[in-house]
Amino acid sequence: MLLRQTWWKIICIVLLTYTMIAGFLVSVPTIGNLNETIRNLYFHVPMWFTQIVLISFSLLYSLLYLRKNNADHDIYAVEFAKAGIIFGAMGLITGAIWAKYTWGAPWSNDPKQIGAAIAQLIYLAYFVLRNSITDIDKRGRISAVYNIFAYCIYIPMIMILPRLVDSLHPGGKGVKGNPGLNGADLDPAMRVVFWPAVIGWILLGLWISTVYIRIKLVEEKKLSVA
Amino acid sequence: MKALRYSLILISALFYSTFCLAQNSTEVATEQATGMRADGKIYVVIAIVLTILFILIAYLAIVDRKISRLEKENK
Repeated sequence: MLLRQTWWKIICIVLLTYTMIAGFLVSVPTIGNLNETIRNLYFHVPMWFTQIVLISFSLLYSLLYLRKNNADHDIYAVEFAKAGIIFGAMGLITGAIWAKYTWGAPWSNDPKQIGAAIAQLIYLAYFVLRNSITDIDKRGRISAVYNIFAYCIYIPMIMILPRLVDSLHPGGKGVKGNPGLNGADLDPAMRVVFWPAVIGWILLGLWISTVYIRIKLVEEKKLSVA
Repeated sequence: MKALRYSLILISALFYSTFCLAQNSTEVATEQATGMRADGKIYVVIAIVLTILFILIAYLAIVDRKISRLEKENK
């Protein structure tokens, strides 16, 4: 199983090293008042890609838990969501720093900022809900159902609603296509760093979550033996 | 054994950073890098960011290995 294999961790290290070197060195286009801050594309944007991947895994394991009632799947779902929320927090904080120097204020009530913040709160409620239930089976089932709901709110909050209205972020009202995924929009020199960066950060998120999952699995085993 | 591994990682990180800084100065001297990226001392930032990245990754790898050991013991 992938959980304990090494090869993808090495790919992660290689890609992130490449990101840190090429990310600062490749020449970037001058767009508006972004100047060199456009390099944040290699750091701020992958945080969100990583969160989406991690919470998608969390959703998958919540569904598996509801289907198979295997307590391990509950652990997987929670730990993926936990790592996901960390990456979401990093996305919000890095976004605020970037906004301070390009949009003038760390928080401009941009639709995407608000949507992303609400999405994080919805995921935080997942942990509040979980920790308020003492019965293990009930906790697993209720939080798995809530997790599915949270995912279904997260995606519109972060991907759909901000694009229906005017936004400071790329891809607001009137802009065609997905600015993050539309290859033609992104400068070719930036593309060769951006995609490796995204994959590298995603792999790092997966690595951190699998480490936490394994810790929990060992703890659980110890408890069941004792 | 464990102390050896820790010190190896630390020493390699140190070597690594001196290597980067050395390269930085030669790059400026031979004027291979131009504009903001050389004069703005961006290589220093790269050296620092890479040092942080490698030490964090090394830390994560050590935790990873520790869990692997625990998993083996528990079997």
